[in-house]
Amino acid sequence: MISFNQVHKRFPGGYEALKNVSFDIGEGEMVFVTGHSGAGKSTLLKLVAAIEHPNSGSVIVNGQNISTLKSRALPYLRRNLGLVFQDHKILFDRSVFENVMLPLQICGFDHRESIKRTRAALDKVNLLQREKSHPVALSGGEQQRLCIARAIVNRPSILLADEPTGNLDADYANDIIAILKSFHQVGVTLLIASHDESIPRQFGTRILKLKQGAMQITQSGAGQV
Amino acid sequence: MKIWLAQHIRVFRSTLYRLFSTPLATFLNVMVIGIALGLPAGVYVLLQNVQKLVDQVTGSPQISVFINMNVSRDEVAHIGKQLQQHKSIDRIEYVSRDQALEQLKHNTGLTDVIGGLAQNPLPDAYIVYPKKFDAPSLEALRDELQKWPKLEKVQMDSAWVHKLEALLKFGRLAAIILGSLLSFALVAITFNTIRLQILTQRDEIEVSRLIGATHVFIRRPFLYLGLLQGLLGGAMAWLIIAVSVTTLNSSLAELTQLYGSNFILQLPSAMDSCTLLLFSSYLGLLGAWLSVAQHLWQIDPK
Repeated sequence: MISFNQVHKRFPGGYEALKNVSFDIGEGEMVFVTGHSGAGKSTLLKLVAAIEHPNSGSVIVNGQNISTLKSRALPYLRRNLGLVFQDHKILFDRSVFENVMLPLQICGFDHRESIKRTRAALDKVNLLQREKSHPVALSGGEQQRLCIARAIVNRPSILLADEPTGNLDADYANDIIAILKSFHQVGVTLLIASHDESIPRQFGTRILKLKQGAMQITQSGAGQV
Repeated sequence: MKIWLAQHIRVFRSTLYRLFSTPLATFLNVMVIGIALGLPAGVYVLLQNVQKLVDQVTGSPQISVFINMNVSRDEVAHIGKQLQQHKSIDRIEYVSRDQALEQLKHNTGLTDVIGGLAQNPLPDAYIVYPKKFDAPSLEALRDELQKWPKLEKVQMDSAWVHKLEALLKFGRLAAIILGSLLSFALVAITFNTIRLQILTQRDEIEVSRLIGATHVFIRRPFLYLGLLQGLLGGAMAWLIIAVSVTTLNSSLAELTQLYGSNFILQLPSAMDSCTLLLFSSYLGLLGAWLSVAQHLWQIDPK
């Protein structure tokens, strides 16, 4: 589903974010990317979403090479990805419901169908009772869940989450992980970046460990869940 | 197709909502566009009206034939007969020197001055109505009559009309130049409005691109905004012209009554009004398009 082959990413100014990174993620797999902050986790996710492009090597997502992808085809690739951003990127000029509905409007879904799907997505992250609220009124954990609802409302086959448990306390973090795992169970491919190694260990899934842009170890989990 | 239509309707509605949610800013923008367009369009309407007036006046051009003062009455009658038999003259009208004096007294109110004259200074005259009204045949007739003996002067009453028409042509050209310059201003206004709107919606554009919005989808609301603003500006221009014309007409009525005319300014025709609205919409769209091409892609998601 996602495959990196000798990927290098250097930012203008010479900073090397990723060095010779190779890995494969199969369909329906749940994989964590760990490492200290600055290790290149976010860059790796941005390469998958074609927000950044590799300087060398190939990134193949859903059978499409990101480097050779035409800009015209890019939106359609992204519609197949669910993105949970580190900084949430919630729009504060509209309600929770409208935030979640945005991807459906972009894809051109029928209005009635959109409403149904939006409700379903909000229900999955336990935010249905807050649908009319303004995002400002949400707690950090709720904002994170809103971001997840928006990422999955379109039923993508791949979900990318950058530090989904970032600033949350343990209870909230477990909530989020449980939600993410429920998507894993219905066959969504998950790639989750996290600086906290205790979470992936807890679930025993595969871990890609980055250190200063280089892939350090690729360890298999104790057992698939 | 149905989805496409639904998307357009949704964008149209949200654009309208956006325009009316900031009424003052929208009003000022529309007003500026309205004035910028109303000025050249108003001049155009005015010229159009003058043209109509000119057409009315020149509906039946005449040639005045003044006869030498020392010619006897019989000879005057003889000249009349000759004129009447001329092949390119439709009919003639005799104005005797006494009649002319009476008319002068009546029309100008100079009774005292005229009464003080020792003798009538006016000649006998024929007003000649030609068969053909186009300028070359009129001039040919005039030139021919000028060669006749015993005639003091042959005057074509439509000469001033030609001068006026040249003047109108000049005025129209000036209106076109003014219009072109102000159209450019309109594009610039829209360009900047859309630029501000793009910056305001920066977050929304960024997020939309990240979750798979196509260029067309992102561009659409801004193009609609430019189009609608242009359309409203055009409507404002029309309103400005309509109000001006109505106001002018009420004071014009007094003036024209003095001249025994019932000339009033006409509003722009339905065709011209539609052209105005279409043109302003198009300019708005053009400004939006340029702005989108320039600014939208500077917002690159990171």
